[in-house]
Amino acid sequence: MPLLQPLGRTFLAFLSAVGRLTLFALISLSHIVRPPFYPRLIGRQMVEIGYYSLPVVGLTAIFTGMVLALQSYTGFSRFNAESAIPNVVIVSITRELGPVLAGLMVAGRIGAAMAAEIGTMRVTEQIDALDTLATNPLKYLVAPRLLAGITMLPLLVLTADIIGVFGGYVVSVFKLGFNPATYIKNTLDFLEPIDVISGLVKASVFGFLVTLMGCYHGYHSRGGAQGVGTATTNAVVSASILILCFNYFITELFFAR
Amino acid sequence: MSEKAVKIEIHGLCKAFGPKVVLDELDLDIYEGESLVVIGGSGMGKSVLTKCILGLLQPDAGSIKIDGREAVGLAGDDLEAVRRKIGMLFQAAALFDSLPVWRNVAFGLIEVQGRGTREARQIALEKMADVGLGQDMAEAYPAELSVGMRKRVGLARAIATEPEILFFDEPTTGLDPIMGDIIDELIVKCVHDLGATALSITHDMDSARRISHRIAMLYAGKMVWTGPTAEVDSTDNPYIRQFINGLAEGPIETEVKVA
Ligand SMILES: Nc1ncnc2c1ncn2[C@@H]1O[C@H](COP(=O)(O)OP(=O)(O)O)[C@@H](O)[C@H]1O
Ligand SMILES: [Mg+2]
Repeated sequence: MPLLQPLGRTFLAFLSAVGRLTLFALISLSHIVRPPFYPRLIGRQMVEIGYYSLPVVGLTAIFTGMVLALQSYTGFSRFNAESAIPNVVIVSITRELGPVLAGLMVAGRIGAAMAAEIGTMRVTEQIDALDTLATNPLKYLVAPRLLAGITMLPLLVLTADIIGVFGGYVVSVFKLGFNPATYIKNTLDFLEPIDVISGLVKASVFGFLVTLMGCYHGYHSRGGAQGVGTATTNAVVSASILILCFNYFITELFFAR
Repeated sequence: MSEKAVKIEIHGLCKAFGPKVVLDELDLDIYEGESLVVIGGSGMGKSVLTKCILGLLQPDAGSIKIDGREAVGLAGDDLEAVRRKIGMLFQAAALFDSLPVWRNVAFGLIEVQGRGTREARQIALEKMADVGLGQDMAEAYPAELSVGMRKRVGLARAIATEPEILFFDEPTTGLDPIMGDIIDELIVKCVHDLGATALSITHDMDSARRISHRIAMLYAGKMVWTGPTAEVDSTDNPYIRQFINGLAEGPIETEVKVA
């Protein structure tokens, strides 16, 4: 009995946290479609997420594509199956590595920044000031960020896909001695719309998760600078775990059976 | 004052954080057009009181009527309607640091009253002039301002939409005496010009005497004295005597015991 009690308490606390998060997410999402809208704020967030994340995501993608080609070559050359490399690269990048790695990088960049900014606004009473000025903080702060995350991550991932495949091409052609024309032809032959589409759906979900975690932890932060620090860490960690978790379930949804 | 209407009527207000009771059956009436100052030591719950009235904190019990309408437990449009009547100067100004000064001042004009940018900017510049901020400050960001400047911007933001009720949370705390004096004068002027009802919070007695018609003292979750400002120096209420003379001995228990 004394063993079960703390277990039960933890479980109840977990359930209530999930409930609060769900409510926060639903209310904020509903504000995306209800006026007034804030195009200026949405635009600023879109630029922040979509444009300023490009270097980080691009670098991640190109090196991932390069190492992918290199590693598959080591494995496949033993079975004389080098011609499968374009296939491996494009499928891995579009289905999994593009969205997951971009999601994780954006979690570190954007999720942390959002939690810190909104958390600072919370502890310096700027969110109270918004409320007092009869402006809903979920509408003014959270909804534009969610919308920007949901729409910009797919664009970012599409770019990452192209750069990643290009990375694989560079290594295959210049280091492993592939014929450029054959490599491109093989890549295009193996390109399935569903691979790209599933990756973009993932990207959209990850964009939602990253911005939601950043906003939620920032919004509920308390206790000065230390509290903002904790919120930032929690935002990045929870977003990363959720990304990997949802990645599995979305993959299952698209490709199982 | 007695024949004037009650603007804010607080009855039996209770608020606790966990085991810590902050407000305990508090009663307070604020009359239309008057300037009431609540005094009390740090951590007594003065800010909590204003946050309960604004609906930023949910009271555990009690009623707060504004213009005769219950304000506790409101949500959505009803809550926003109440908040539109109130302008608030926060203790640390709470300026939006992503926006330049003029957009801070114009915030309520643009987002709540839906005015155009050009008109809102014009009004914002006028309100800034009212609190002694020149046009050259309009494009500055809050992080570039001194504490006194920030309070002025906060004040301009609070009065920009010409609300019926104004709250000032420790308007002079942390300022030098001269700047404190200037802010006090601005508050008196703004309240007078708008004909607003004002609730200010302070532990600075000089400031309280300057800006108030009436003074109420908060101690241990209740108002232990309420009366006209002129009587605050002649009353024999032991709490007031101890507070304004800054004595260690008296009914007010401090957390730090002097050995
Ligand atoms: N959000 C909160 N959570 C927990 N305790 C709080 C909160 N806000 C205020 N308190 C506590 O309530 C008491 C009164 O705070 P406050 O109203 O800010 O005092 P002051 O009279 O100096 O303005 C303090 O002891 C503070 O610790
Ligand atoms: Mg206070």
